[in-house]
Amino acid sequence: MGMAGAFLVLTALAIAILAPMLSPYSPSEVIRDEEGRGMTFASPTIHPPLGTDDAGRDVATQLVYGARISMTVGFTAGLIAMFVGSLFGISAGYFGGRIDNLLMRTTDVLLVIPDLPLMIILVATLRNLELHISPLVVLILVIGLLYWTSTARLIRSQVLTIKERQFVARARAIGAGHFHIIRKHILPQIMPLIVANTVLILSTAILVESGLAFLGLGDPTQPSWGTMLNFAFNRNAISNGAWWFYLPPGLAIVWVTLGCVLLGNVLEEMLNPRLTMHHLEDESRMVAVREGQPRG
Amino acid sequence: MERRAYLARKLLLALITILVVVTINFVLFRVLPGDPVRSVIGRNVRISIETQMALREQFGLDKPVFPDQFLYTLGQWLRGNLGISWSLRRPVTEVLVAKLGNTLILIGLGQVLSIIFGVALGLVAGWKRKTAIDVAALTFSLIAWATPTFWLGIILLVAGSSWLGLPTGGILSPANVGKPLYTVLPDLARHLVLPTLTLTILYLGEYMLIMRSSILEVLSEDYILTAKAKGLSHWQVLRRHALKNAMLPIVTLIALNLGFTVSGAIYIETVFSYDGLGKLFQTALVKHDFPLLQGAFLLLAVSVIIANLLADILYAYLDPRVKAS
Amino acid sequence: MSPGWWLCARASRVADTPLLSIRNLTVDFVLPDGRTSHALEEVSFDVHAGQTLGLVGESGCGKTTTLMAVMRLLPSNGRITGGRILYHDLDLLSLTERQMRAYRWKEMAMVFQSAMNALNPVMRIDDQISEAIVLHQLMNSAQAARRVDTLLEMVGIAKERGDQYPHQYSGGMRQRAMIALSLACSPSVLFADEPTTALDVMIQAQVLELLKKIQEKLGLAIVLVTHDLGVVAEVCDTVVVMYGGKVAEYGSADRIYNDPQHPYTQRLLESFPDLNKPGEVLSSIPGTPPRLTDLPPGCRFEPRCHKRIDVCAVLAPRLIETSAAHYAACHLCEAPETGSR
Repeated sequence: MGMAGAFLVLTALAIAILAPMLSPYSPSEVIRDEEGRGMTFASPTIHPPLGTDDAGRDVATQLVYGARISMTVGFTAGLIAMFVGSLFGISAGYFGGRIDNLLMRTTDVLLVIPDLPLMIILVATLRNLELHISPLVVLILVIGLLYWTSTARLIRSQVLTIKERQFVARARAIGAGHFHIIRKHILPQIMPLIVANTVLILSTAILVESGLAFLGLGDPTQPSWGTMLNFAFNRNAISNGAWWFYLPPGLAIVWVTLGCVLLGNVLEEMLNPRLTMHHLEDESRMVAVREGQPRG
Repeated sequence: MERRAYLARKLLLALITILVVVTINFVLFRVLPGDPVRSVIGRNVRISIETQMALREQFGLDKPVFPDQFLYTLGQWLRGNLGISWSLRRPVTEVLVAKLGNTLILIGLGQVLSIIFGVALGLVAGWKRKTAIDVAALTFSLIAWATPTFWLGIILLVAGSSWLGLPTGGILSPANVGKPLYTVLPDLARHLVLPTLTLTILYLGEYMLIMRSSILEVLSEDYILTAKAKGLSHWQVLRRHALKNAMLPIVTLIALNLGFTVSGAIYIETVFSYDGLGKLFQTALVKHDFPLLQGAFLLLAVSVIIANLLADILYAYLDPRVKAS
Repeated sequence: MSPGWWLCARASRVADTPLLSIRNLTVDFVLPDGRTSHALEEVSFDVHAGQTLGLVGESGCGKTTTLMAVMRLLPSNGRITGGRILYHDLDLLSLTERQMRAYRWKEMAMVFQSAMNALNPVMRIDDQISEAIVLHQLMNSAQAARRVDTLLEMVGIAKERGDQYPHQYSGGMRQRAMIALSLACSPSVLFADEPTTALDVMIQAQVLELLKKIQEKLGLAIVLVTHDLGVVAEVCDTVVVMYGGKVAEYGSADRIYNDPQHPYTQRLLESFPDLNKPGEVLSSIPGTPPRLTDLPPGCRFEPRCHKRIDVCAVLAPRLIETSAAHYAACHLCEAPETGSR
């Protein structure tokens, strides 16, 4: 299962990186027919492999270039969330007391506020402020700064367990400073967990980015898969029956997200192996007395 | 732990969260370029400079932002005055209230269905671990989780309308718009099928997973072995001992999910042109109608917070380990 | 030995037919990686009404597995691959799971080690007890409620506290509540799996006394699993010493304590502190218990035995009668004068 996950993610990454090489067209190039008219909504039978969109642009090209945007935004946002979450989690777990309390209350508060409406008004307001930041950067920041809570909690509880262990007390006894202890003793132990959790956060980030882009909060000049779906929806791909325009980007999102989730689950399973059996499992094979056994 | 202390803590948390939401809303409100007066009286109303100055004084805009303006705005909000929608030229509150019911129907129906099916499926999946049904349920949940809400909506919209002849959007057929809902129930039902189905599919997976892991944990407890030792059958053990304990995390999950369901509603209502708060939110976004956007956010956020609090209260009475004082 | 003696001995044994007779019980566990753990092999002993049998041994020697096998509550990867479990001459292993359920709690019940975990935390104590009574259709719910009061009284819990939850009881009370629960359907056999291990010494004494009192009153057979030899000495009539999944020695408590035949039993007794001899150096048994997936062909205790001889590593000893109703599985006991089997 982990292998499948890794496969999905790596192929998506490869496609994103190799985008220009995979397509003879540019994403904004209009495909024209013999008479020079733009071929809008051409089906894949007319224009393989994935037809054209409402303006006559090659869908397959947009798909592979869109991979770059979707994955860049998703991954960067995810990494920010991981970083912030780990920082807060380690601080809360290690220093405890007031800092811990403050951080935990903050996560409690953040978790209750509905995420999408909050992100929408933040992005909308930021973009209206004429700060000359790329819309994609706005997306990355907003997503990254709102999804760190699960990481923070996870890391915190892990750090709390490690903190109680002997070697930390010993290190303190010989006068090691906080940073030193964190760097040398705590970080190595929680690194695997951070990695596993990050992969899962990445999947969320990609989903969220696609959603926000679908609502029009992405960058139309640099369309991600979500933006493609926004175009498809708003420019009548559905009523025109242009399934090649609205189906592939969604499938691509599922592809990458599923890959990350599978990978993340497998990693988490390795670190926190679950129980093996419960009490109500099948017991039909319990009595297996074989006749004719030599009696002792 | 003490029930009263538990509830007090939850109440305090809810109040603080509401305060945070209000503050965020206020700050964003102020941070926008443009004259705040406009957001109150509308964009295209022509007024003279004198009137403008008088209005500014009336709204206290000449006073310091904090605490005076903040408290004033807070007072306005508490009185239900959320400003005037730029695009609709009507008071925000009026617009919100009109659409609230529609969204509640959609979300309510979707949640109830996904809880029923999700919990049932999760129970079976956990009990019959590693059998075909468990694997199928897990696969389904995984894929459902990885699927974007709006995209699933689009797919179902296309499939439903072309194969099943279901309507492609809206709450009611054009002929029925404006009539009281209870008179046109069949029409409403037809329009609800696809959006509700989308919501249900998406949240079903989550409830299934939580119920499954909850049931797995409960079934590994020693008291389940005791129940079995007493001579109870599997089903009796499940029903009498495991179910109640396994369901407790579900209550918490329902509360947690309220925030996400609202988000889902925004996508689904957009895709299906379903005339509720979600669609309103999206329209306000597209039209840069900030008063409406912020009013809707306030309403959505506060509703979710209160619903969460109610769920916490319910939990306090369900789990006997949270002691009555 | 004269034939007369033999006849007498046999006659007395027949008159006192065992309630539960375990013969050559063999249990394996199928591990996730495919290997088989041979948890029990050819375990045999008898349980008599009104008597307490102590099942002793180190952790992992198979004591709990034996109990679980009898009640057929093994985890789902357990396989009973051989033997017979005779209860009133009926082989329980011939029953289907459904039929077995009728026997559970009604004929044989269990007191688990940790009452805190073994009791449902969100169910009232009286409900948990009456559930068993009503399930086996012994009486209607009103009568069951009265019986619950009687049971609680029997174990020294005020009946007003019956409608409370487990977390509201103290540790000792919970254990006593578990005992009350186990007696709900008036079983003939009570299996007690380390019932006092988690308790402090004072409460331990209380619980043991309670068990003894109940046994006298109801004529119960009790099988007490423990690793504490002091407890065994105090309450047990018969003792089964287990090692590595096999019975090492089996006989009356008196004989086992005064004339242990098996080297393992001897070392066990030696390693137990005696208050009458303070300052005595305690011995311990070097080495570790055998891995049940990887068993040697000979005696399972051989690697740690202080009296081993050559044949011990090669051939597994069989359980033989070293004197009247006293059995041991050791090559050293196969002396000619005790007679062959």
